[in-house]
Amino acid sequence: MTIAEVVGAASAEAIGLSADACLKCNVCNTVCPVARVTDLFPGPKYVGPQAQRFRLGALLSPGTGEDSVVESPDKTVDYCSGCGVCSTACPAGVKIAEMNNRARGANRSGHVPRLRDWLLGQTDLTGWAGVLTAPIANWSLHNRLFRWLIDRFIGIDRRAPLPAFKAPPFRWRLGKRHRSAQLAGAPPPERAVVYFHGCAANYYEPHVAAAALEVLERNGYEVIVPPQVCCGLPLISNGLYGAARGRARRNLEVLARYARAGYRIVGTSTSCTHTLKSEYREMLDLDDADARAVADATWDICEFLLDLHDGDNLDTAFGTVAATLPYHAPCQLRSHGIGLPALDLFALVPGLEAIDTDHDCCGIAGTYGLKKEKYDIAMAVGEPLFRKIRSMGATEAACDSETCRWQIAAATGARLRHPVEILADAYRAADVAGPKSPARTEPAARSSPTAPAGG
Amino acid sequence: MIAEYSLPAQVDVLIVGGGATGAGILRDLSRRGLHCLLVDKGDLGTGTSGRYHGLLHSGARYVAKDPLAARECIVENRVVRRIAPACVEDTGGLFVATPDDPDDYVTEFPDRCAAAGIPCEEVSVADVFRREPALNRSIRRAFRVPDASLEPWQLIEANLRDAENRDSRALPYRQVVEIERNGAFISSVSVADVRSGTIDRIAPRFVVSAAGAWAGRIAALAGVRLDMAPGKGTMLVYNQRMTDTVVNRCHVPGDGDIMVPVHTVAILGTTEISVPDPDIYDIERHEVAQLVAEGEKLFPDLRNLRILRAYAGVRPLYSEEPSGSDGREISRAHVVLDHERRDGVTNFVSIVGGKLTTYRLMAQQTSDLVCQKIGVDAPSTTAAEVLPGQGSERAYYWLGDRLSQHEATGGGDAALICECEFVTRPALDRFLAENWPCSLDDVRRGTRLGMGPCQGAFCTFRAAGIVAEAIARRSLPAAEVGFVEPPPPAEPPPPAEPLGAIVGRDEPTRGDDAELAERAMVAFLRERYKGTRPVAWGRQLQELWVATGIYWGTLGVDAFEGGADNGQGTAEASPRRVGGARAAR
Ligand SMILES: Cc1cc2nc3c(=O)[nH]c(=O)nc-3n(C[C@H](O)[C@H](O)[C@H](O)COP(=O)(O)OP(=O)(O)OC[C@H]3O[C@@H](n4cnc5c(N)ncnc54)[C@H](O)[C@@H]3O)c2cc1C
Ligand code: SF4
Ligand code: SF4
Ligand code: SF4
Repeated sequence: MTIAEVVGAASAEAIGLSADACLKCNVCNTVCPVARVTDLFPGPKYVGPQAQRFRLGALLSPGTGEDSVVESPDKTVDYCSGCGVCSTACPAGVKIAEMNNRARGANRSGHVPRLRDWLLGQTDLTGWAGVLTAPIANWSLHNRLFRWLIDRFIGIDRRAPLPAFKAPPFRWRLGKRHRSAQLAGAPPPERAVVYFHGCAANYYEPHVAAAALEVLERNGYEVIVPPQVCCGLPLISNGLYGAARGRARRNLEVLARYARAGYRIVGTSTSCTHTLKSEYREMLDLDDADARAVADATWDICEFLLDLHDGDNLDTAFGTVAATLPYHAPCQLRSHGIGLPALDLFALVPGLEAIDTDHDCCGIAGTYGLKKEKYDIAMAVGEPLFRKIRSMGATEAACDSETCRWQIAAATGARLRHPVEILADAYRAADVAGPKSPARTEPAARSSPTAPAGG
Repeated sequence: MIAEYSLPAQVDVLIVGGGATGAGILRDLSRRGLHCLLVDKGDLGTGTSGRYHGLLHSGARYVAKDPLAARECIVENRVVRRIAPACVEDTGGLFVATPDDPDDYVTEFPDRCAAAGIPCEEVSVADVFRREPALNRSIRRAFRVPDASLEPWQLIEANLRDAENRDSRALPYRQVVEIERNGAFISSVSVADVRSGTIDRIAPRFVVSAAGAWAGRIAALAGVRLDMAPGKGTMLVYNQRMTDTVVNRCHVPGDGDIMVPVHTVAILGTTEISVPDPDIYDIERHEVAQLVAEGEKLFPDLRNLRILRAYAGVRPLYSEEPSGSDGREISRAHVVLDHERRDGVTNFVSIVGGKLTTYRLMAQQTSDLVCQKIGVDAPSTTAAEVLPGQGSERAYYWLGDRLSQHEATGGGDAALICECEFVTRPALDRFLAENWPCSLDDVRRGTRLGMGPCQGAFCTFRAAGIVAEAIARRSLPAAEVGFVEPPPPAEPPPPAEPLGAIVGRDEPTRGDDAELAERAMVAFLRERYKGTRPVAWGRQLQELWVATGIYWGTLGVDAFEGGADNGQGTAEASPRRVGGARAAR
């Protein structure tokens, strides 16, 4: 054996071992949105590759064994929001955010989860409970006493943006669309896509799902909506890996069937699609053939539409949407590594001037900003973004991720919309204007819900 | 101001060598009421004890080859865990049967452990993989034994502290250069201060050589022939612990078959090559290659993992065939040599061979002989009494200790001097106050400064700056803090010239602080670079370039004394500009 044969320059695949790649350049510290606003968090380099070397069982996937020996002595890692900006910025490829996530999970594994973290993880449960009792639930969410109680006793900040439940849930409004777990009877994969709606579109924002269906069907795709449960991300980010693995397995079982048959899986939640694409394998260690098939088949909806456009298959007969629209690319989307497809799509819509707010994180990072001890941090993280939107005087803004939309809406008072809603508007605007020359027609003011007065 | 310590003319016992064995002897004898002095030619613990593999043996490694040594190991393993818990990380050990390990050895292994009194339990490989996912999946069987990881410098320090509490002393950078005999009796010993060059002569009642691989030289100074066969062992330091358990191959002990998690790193070792001179050896390319190749049988992903550095230690192997009459054979592992019976020198004993695990037993047996000769009846108490500094809870050290302590006192990165090893400003200040004058390399042994992935890239200038600041503020006296470890001197003659002066200048002159800091910086960097050189590829090579960029690029270290060459070949001092310089006007 010669030295040349044993010299390996590659870094290890495992999240924990990727700390090997750190050259201490400090780039991650300069980009971390949380470290920028608080001294409570010592930064990605410290809690990531540095602290990693002091963690017992650093290679273990937290929660995999009953006798898990994982132990992380640093409590400050809990202040990492998991936004993932550091991982995308690190020139050496250290999986910092993933490492932090695991360390947080490790800190919690073996302990009874906090009621709050458990509750925030159970989006399916709270979703169902909420839509079934929507009037009461929604009233409580805006009731000061109730909010004070959950702030005090559960630890969800009373000022945090909690969305309202919309009954009935999206799945009840599916009509005749194929929604079986079985392939039998489904339209062929060239003509159909599988839609993963996630919790947000199901319980809180059925209009986003409706817009997605409208846009996909407009482009000639039948939309299959097989049974699905929460992707599990809220559980992962609250350190509840065991439960997350359960959700993941249920989703994979159904979705893999479609993926293998050549269907593409499209989602409107950037966080869900990111979870399907990479978290199942990276964070939950479910790196089997099913997980790989699903990961390869999954597309964020804007990524999918832009891909159609690249192949000249997108219906670009958009009507005019005369608006100046601030657009926030959520950190979850950046983790996809697909660019900012929404902006490319917006450029196809006549009259629409989308403005990239160019801010890394709105602060909410899933459920982070809801937590009492983190609410102020989250608001400080998003402040420059909020200021920008406020100073533009915009009444509407767009963002791909639901929790970010709620955060930005609460902070700015603007109405926040998913990019696919804007595209649906544009198609509708074309319909109203008539089929002749869609791109040139000035829409009637009321035909475009996005058009601000006088736009 | 730190007072100059002058050697006492008269001591009961002079101990030569400040490794674990010498420190153990100093402790043992001082507890029996003797007034002793220990000297080491370098910093304490810079010999083999500071360059070993880090394993507190359960003894299981020796069950087939040397059952007596195995038995001693397990007994002492329990003693060390009891008396020095803060120096021990209870990692546990695994002996695993890879496809390369013969069945018969594996089959007999548990019985052999039982015969030696070593607890050994077969564990399911599924459980082993769950706990140690980086292990080779074709491992067939696995046994759990009470191996542990043992920190040498703290252990030595604790032994010395116990002795110093009893009025004995240990002095670094004092080299024995001459031993004078009066017939059968050693009448005086000359000790050189290697930093100033001054020589003191002392007259001990008794001399103990615990000089490890150098024991032959000490014996020669006393006119006694003692043949040592120093064996070099090379080890590789991995940036992270791919295992939290000590992992051994279950076979006849060989090269590259143990991985020991030590603090934040994992160390793969060792090789065994006989070297003529314990001071002069290089780490060879084929050794590094061989280690990785062997190590991959345990951890298949090894070549993708970052190696921080390579280092080597020299085993104090004793080559003479011990016979019952001369030399007291205790086991083949270590031998206490009674030079009175063996060579007719009445007040001289050497202890050779052995392992760090059995340091205390070696010290006890040596001390027993010394006491018998001097006529002291007191028994050894070192096995029963816990060492100082072991904490009130007597808890084992664990990996997260340092980080959790840092977090408990506020955490954050503002006070971090060495980011990789979480060495804080208060920790550095404390070390300097207690150990000044010292080199940054001494600081490293005491605090782990510079031992992480960046190997000094980001902490060296900070530490040097703090030293300079302290000198300027006069909270530390101006003193040479460069790399003061002397070049290996020929023995004898004594050093005529100072080997790198410690200048106890009381009044710092202008510029002293900066100049001293610069020298300390260059010296430390060179030392760090030296160990990185044999493994400079991949990430570690990139890191070296980062460091080179910082020191030779940005800070202009090439203009400092000794700074033109970084010992690595990556620094280029003031390149000649071709085509005329673009002079700024
Ligand atoms: C590669 C390797 C791996 C090992 N791994 C293990 C292990 O995992 N577990 C284990 O238990 N054992 C291990 N050992 C064995 C163990 O390290 C040694 O047996 C032990 O450290 C010897 O300690 P010592 O105090 O006798 O010698 P040393 O630590 O070498 O001390 C001798 C001292 O004498 C000093 N000296 C020399 N000449 C003079 C002079 N003229 N004047 C003053 N001082 C002088 C030297 O500077 C030195 O500090 C390993 C050894 C090697 C080489
Ligand atoms: S950006 Fe990457 S390489 Fe640089 S300090 Fe952070 S983790 Fe290390
Ligand atoms: S994931 Fe976001 S909050 Fe966490 S360390 Fe990285 S950049 Fe900072
Ligand atoms: S990440 Fe996805 S499926 Fe999941 S809660 Fe959000 S919306 Fe649920």
